[in-house]
Amino acid sequence: MRQVIKGNHAVSHGVRLSKVKVISAYPITPQTTIVEELSEMCASGALDAKFIKVESEHSALAALIGSATAGVRSFTATSSQGLLLMHEVLHWVCGARLPIVLANVNRAVGAGWNIWADQTDSISQRDTGWIQIYCESNQEVLDSVIMAYKLAEKLMLPVMVSYDAFFLSHTSEVVDIPDQDTVDQFLPPFEPPHKVDFADPRMFGGMIGPEIYYEERYCIHKDAMAAIKTYSEICQQFQEAFGREYALAESYMVDDAEIIVVTAGTITSVARIAVRKAREKGIKLGLMKLRLFRPVPYELWRGILGGVNKVVVIDRNLIGGVGGAFVSEIRSALFPLEKRPVVYSAIAGLGGRDVTPADVLGIVEHVASGKADVDTPIFWGLKE
Amino acid sequence: MDHKGTKLIHKYLRHDKKFPHVWCPGCGNGIVLGALIRAIDKLGLKKDDVVMVSGIGCSGRMPVYVDFNTLHTTHGRALTFATGIKLVRPHLHVMVVMGDGDATAIGGNHFIHAARRNIDLTAIIVNNQIYGMTGGQHSPTTPYGCKATTAMYGHIEHAFSISELAVTAGASFVARGSVYHAQMLDGMLEKAILKKGFSVVEVMSNCHVQFGRRNQMGDPVTMMKRLKDHAVRIEKAKTMEPGELEGKFTIGILADVDKPVYTEEYEKIREGAKR
Repeated sequence: MRQVIKGNHAVSHGVRLSKVKVISAYPITPQTTIVEELSEMCASGALDAKFIKVESEHSALAALIGSATAGVRSFTATSSQGLLLMHEVLHWVCGARLPIVLANVNRAVGAGWNIWADQTDSISQRDTGWIQIYCESNQEVLDSVIMAYKLAEKLMLPVMVSYDAFFLSHTSEVVDIPDQDTVDQFLPPFEPPHKVDFADPRMFGGMIGPEIYYEERYCIHKDAMAAIKTYSEICQQFQEAFGREYALAESYMVDDAEIIVVTAGTITSVARIAVRKAREKGIKLGLMKLRLFRPVPYELWRGILGGVNKVVVIDRNLIGGVGGAFVSEIRSALFPLEKRPVVYSAIAGLGGRDVTPADVLGIVEHVASGKADVDTPIFWGLKE
Repeated sequence: MDHKGTKLIHKYLRHDKKFPHVWCPGCGNGIVLGALIRAIDKLGLKKDDVVMVSGIGCSGRMPVYVDFNTLHTTHGRALTFATGIKLVRPHLHVMVVMGDGDATAIGGNHFIHAARRNIDLTAIIVNNQIYGMTGGQHSPTTPYGCKATTAMYGHIEHAFSISELAVTAGASFVARGSVYHAQMLDGMLEKAILKKGFSVVEVMSNCHVQFGRRNQMGDPVTMMKRLKDHAVRIEKAKTMEPGELEGKFTIGILADVDKPVYTEEYEKIREGAKR
């Protein structure tokens, strides 16, 4: 059924269709309408789940440790400072191997206060062991939530689905809402390998010493890396069931490209227009859209980017003293290649500043002209 | 507000910077800010000796508009930022403006511990019984049975009584007022600022947009009348049966005690340890 809905409601429908059993959340702009809708769905019976609004984001995720350990599908949503407040618990969820799905509306972090789109929040949590997926459209947001549960439960690892504040969270788009039967076939009920069960008593969260901690951490890493293959298979199965195609990273007009621009989130839609405009101007530009960021799909990125002369990565995040997070990983991925592209970095769109096709084209032309410095990010549109 | 009163308030506003403000027409936040400014003016505090700290929420915008030392902090942490300021500059008048969600949900732990520690801060809690800024989710003071965007069929949790919580946690001064009782509020804030120790002024306020609207409480004027009708002075409440107070709230001073204050005690320890 096709409906015009906002990105936040796309999440709510994804959660409903995934037959989540427990939802725990705390309000923060621009996440709130996700859980308001879910609260209504739970109360009205549209979703057979328990909803609780707790006293902080830290408590929101901690409550899900309880529900997921009890063996049911669990969900929360947050944004910005709320995600940062969850930091301690994010690590714990991963270590406890709980397949929780979290929707994060990418919003700038303080100080200074800013509620608009910026990926620094989820980027700052990239080393918590959560699988991270970035979305470009409301349809992708809905589909990614459903796929996230399949991935999480297969690997017993948590998944974070991120998408841009307001550009998606509060913007309406046409979304094809799948029917329940098809989703049920794609995503069977959750059967946890371990759970709180009086017939089979276990201890959760015990102390583990140096003789086993390393191996336990290794298993998390190994299973996280397995997400690359598993998620590829899930994308394939999703396409067969729903007819929509997703990949770990998606490419556009890269076959004959000499320069490839790399984006994540809504800047991608803008960059597609820029690719077409660049080609009208004789610049052979291609695009790689980054979807899966944790684990890092090294080989896939090398395959797409390895053959071109120049790559320019646009980061809607800025790590002080480093630069962009995405470009750092892209450089790491390409480093083992004998002959590798020169990788340029551009920082744009921080704190919700608009990035237009002309901006992307401007960045690309700057790189193509040979004037760009490979050691310094292009701070595009920075007011001096 | 008469012209003279308005002029007084204007003396303390950041006119050229931060206006227009974000509050909805009819919001009680402006009354709270007005009362606070009148109290500060009457006490003759220098602007530079006043620090106003806030967290997140509609009330969190309050320091933005006034010409004091101001600090707009993260959600729930206003009291901790203020504690740091008071430790380093104990001579400053540190006032902390919070909402019910800020002070008693995400920042609840800080609230009870600031009271227990008895650090000399003035906490002003605007209690509108809802998360207004994020769109009307239920808060720790949303009454049982009321509607909120996260409780569309009625709230099933029970509300904190902020002032009673503050008394139990050990605050030196606790008062509850309302935005209807503006002159009374001026006096309460004066006393709270002068009090040595942790002082709390809970101000019952109207959020007709996010709370009143979903609970058929009418426009701001009707909600204001409701505050008038539901407020019972503490002295009178003592003569009433508990059943008569159902659905009402008491206004007045709940606690006013003298006990050692954290920053002064700490100085004594430092002096003692030097010898």
